[in-house]
Amino acid sequence: MARIHSLLAVAGVLALAGCSAIGTDDAAPSASTGTVTLVTHDSFVLSDGILDAFEEESGLTVELVQPGDGGALVNQLVLTKDAPLGDLVFGIDNSFASRAVDEGVVAPTEAPDAFEGALVPVDYGDVCINVDHAWFTAQGVAEPVTLEDLTEPEYKDLLVVPNAVTSSPGLSFLLATVGAFGEDGWVDYWTALKANGLKVADGWSDAYFTDFSGGGGGGPRPIVLSYASSPPSTVPEGGTEPTTGALLDTCFRQTEYAGVLEGAANPDGAQQLLDFLLSDEVQDDIPVSMYMYPVSPTATLPEEWTAFAPLATDPFEVAPEDISQNREAWLALWSETVIG
Amino acid sequence: MSLSTLTRPDVAAASGRGRVVVFWSAAVALPLIFLGVFFAWPVAVMIAKGFVVDGQLDLSGFADVFSRPRTWRIVGLTIAQATLGTVLSVLLGVPGAYVLYRHTFRGRTLVRAFVTVPFVLPTVVVGVAFRSLLVSGGPLGFLHLDGTFAAIVAALVFFNYAVVVRAVGGLWERLDSRAEQAARALGASPWTAFRTVTLPQLTPAIASAASLAFLFCATAFGTVLVLGGLQFGTIETEIWIQTTQFLDLRAAAVLSVVQLVVVAGTLIVAGRARSRREQALGLTLPSASVRPLRLRRPAGMPPGDGHALTLVATAVTALVVLLLALPLVNLVVRSLRTGDGWGLDHYTALGGWGTTGGSLSVTVWQATVNSLRVALDATMIALVVGGLVALVVSRRPRRAVGRRAVAGLDALFMLPLGVSAVTVGFGFLLSMHHPFGLPVDLRTSPLLVPIAQAVVAVPLVVRVVLPVLRAIDPRLREAAATLGATPGRVLRTVDLSIAGRSLGLAVGFAFAASLGEFGATSFLARPDRPTLPVVIFRLIGRPGPESYGMALAASVVLAVLTAGIVAACERLRAPGAGGEW
Repeated sequence: MARIHSLLAVAGVLALAGCSAIGTDDAAPSASTGTVTLVTHDSFVLSDGILDAFEEESGLTVELVQPGDGGALVNQLVLTKDAPLGDLVFGIDNSFASRAVDEGVVAPTEAPDAFEGALVPVDYGDVCINVDHAWFTAQGVAEPVTLEDLTEPEYKDLLVVPNAVTSSPGLSFLLATVGAFGEDGWVDYWTALKANGLKVADGWSDAYFTDFSGGGGGGPRPIVLSYASSPPSTVPEGGTEPTTGALLDTCFRQTEYAGVLEGAANPDGAQQLLDFLLSDEVQDDIPVSMYMYPVSPTATLPEEWTAFAPLATDPFEVAPEDISQNREAWLALWSETVIG
Repeated sequence: MSLSTLTRPDVAAASGRGRVVVFWSAAVALPLIFLGVFFAWPVAVMIAKGFVVDGQLDLSGFADVFSRPRTWRIVGLTIAQATLGTVLSVLLGVPGAYVLYRHTFRGRTLVRAFVTVPFVLPTVVVGVAFRSLLVSGGPLGFLHLDGTFAAIVAALVFFNYAVVVRAVGGLWERLDSRAEQAARALGASPWTAFRTVTLPQLTPAIASAASLAFLFCATAFGTVLVLGGLQFGTIETEIWIQTTQFLDLRAAAVLSVVQLVVVAGTLIVAGRARSRREQALGLTLPSASVRPLRLRRPAGMPPGDGHALTLVATAVTALVVLLLALPLVNLVVRSLRTGDGWGLDHYTALGGWGTTGGSLSVTVWQATVNSLRVALDATMIALVVGGLVALVVSRRPRRAVGRRAVAGLDALFMLPLGVSAVTVGFGFLLSMHHPFGLPVDLRTSPLLVPIAQAVVAVPLVVRVVLPVLRAIDPRLREAAATLGATPGRVLRTVDLSIAGRSLGLAVGFAFAASLGEFGATSFLARPDRPTLPVVIFRLIGRPGPESYGMALAASVVLAVLTAGIVAACERLRAPGAGGEW
């Protein structure tokens, strides 16, 4: 019995001594004008010190709320639009942009390049098929170039893609095929891919690090869906060239937007933070920290990006309105075709 | 005898009864309020959102969802994988409990802590560890299990083995072995004695563990997605997709109701199995019935002494521990793989914000401290609430109404394990802004995270403590009362002191569950104070091999941390220098 008491006492003392989360809340003034809350997805990061610099310059305190992936982010904002989770949203991409605007989640803006007068583009990137050069050289097989090539018998059992329903690059690749083969053709294309031994992994990291042969995990498949910006990180130590490359004729362009939330407690602070995201200080950091391309023409790209991570010149496109209208139907059809 | 001496005890008894009524009312009310505010209400708000359209109740979703063939397949798959996962966990876990809690051997604490590790690992990480073993070309690629139903079931057993071992072992180690010895003395074979004497005594604990395992299996989410994909989707994965990806709240609400029905059905069946078998058991000090594990028959012992049973149980347990180790070793190996070679780079990276991989909002070490703090709060809450629930539910009221009420309360507090974390998490967002008209926004409050974790940890505390409380011979309480102990004193000296022995186990379990919780937390965690599983999830989803390596290294840290804490709790509960009983 004494032991139990001492156990409880130890726990109690720890809690009182400030080892607990409740006990140490620093009670930041949440609604005061000094705080701006950024609602964003799981992948949002900036290099150390960048947000601190903004806080120092502006006198604002930045709080982050990251409620999940891109889809969960938008859907939570829709559900909470009467009592928004913060002031500024960053990370709505072109596959969810229309829903966010139609639902009135973001406030209108005067910015000239804004999507539907509400969402300002901050960064963009290409989702493309990547190949493991080393594997193709070793096997003496020519690398595929186009989407059509992937259905050829010499590439049987070589391709892995993330699930379109559970992963945002997966959805982007589905949209690439819609853009390439049209509303009437994409289902046939996927049927052919499936017949050619397509493997569907749950998420991007699962596909790239477990199934892909060139991602460092030593998987069995040399063709994977990834980003145009993936190859630079496969330059071997002491090497000069990456061991993988992106197929630029297979890409879909993903744009990430930011916008001031409708009903924000601190719209001025939100606008300041939005301007900061578009400043070169952040734009220069975006490739390093988030693997996306900055929208600012004056931002500088890392050297290995200009060398090994070129963008597609003519990526496939689907109008955001079409995506918004058909996303669920397409995904249902995709599941039926590919997953069964 | 004077009048005053006659009345005084009466007065004392009356005021004592008053206090008893107040105590039991509070013991029932406090947990109910907790569960109502932080579970039932958010879930109700979320489900209502799917059924109420423009102020009108619209139940057409049921017809709609049930007309999809996919729905039926999903319900079938959910039940099939949860049943298989549970049955296998029990079949393997009972011998494990026997070896790990009924015997002593060198390194036992270590093995006990080790088998708990899978229970807290983030599912994304387990997915990686399993898939890189099973993928063609991987160490176990020749089994061709990648992406199969069998792989999912294996992973479910991987997670739930510890649940069975701990829940059954907690009772078994203090079961008086004299009844079994008597059966043996009367000529029963060791197997018959186990089957007819020990097994019935263990049934409540096994049913308890099985219902926990079933709920964990039925609501498994990350494991199913990573290992099986949507092909083997369950109700849980479907709710996640409908809510976070499609925003089809109507379908999500229908599926949530279906999930509730499945879970409630399971709890009723498990409750029946438990109560039919529940009986007062002779409980002893663990040391009284625990024997050293001997692989060789001790000299002078006759054959047919049950040595063969011990050997089989030991072999099964050794095999299971080996199988549990495979994915874990794989995880450690992968966390040490850097670019072209091997090294501790990913571990040294944990202290920083990542070199080229961009920064986290905190370092992994800070996240670890956050996790520990949150888990400490959650464990305290879960102990108070779960302890009260176990105490109330352990009573056997004389009237049938009372017994049904107690059974209902028991099932009620199990529900959080069986309801989708997405429904709870989104429900929090909808209901915790100015809850009950109060001018506070709890949605982003640091309070909500430990509370959300405690809701999940309460059932674990109840399931560990309850079998022990229920096994207390009521005559012990009667004897204490006859000897003049007040109801409060009976509670303290009988119930608390006996149940207190399972407290260390409960603390370890609740702490581990809270450390590993990644469901509702992922929708709540404030990024300036994210927990370790949340950080691991973010790292693993981010492009760049450095992030991936850091995620694996951080998972190893989480595993070691958990094993350490569980081992420490085991030590705390080990009987001291004697004289405790």
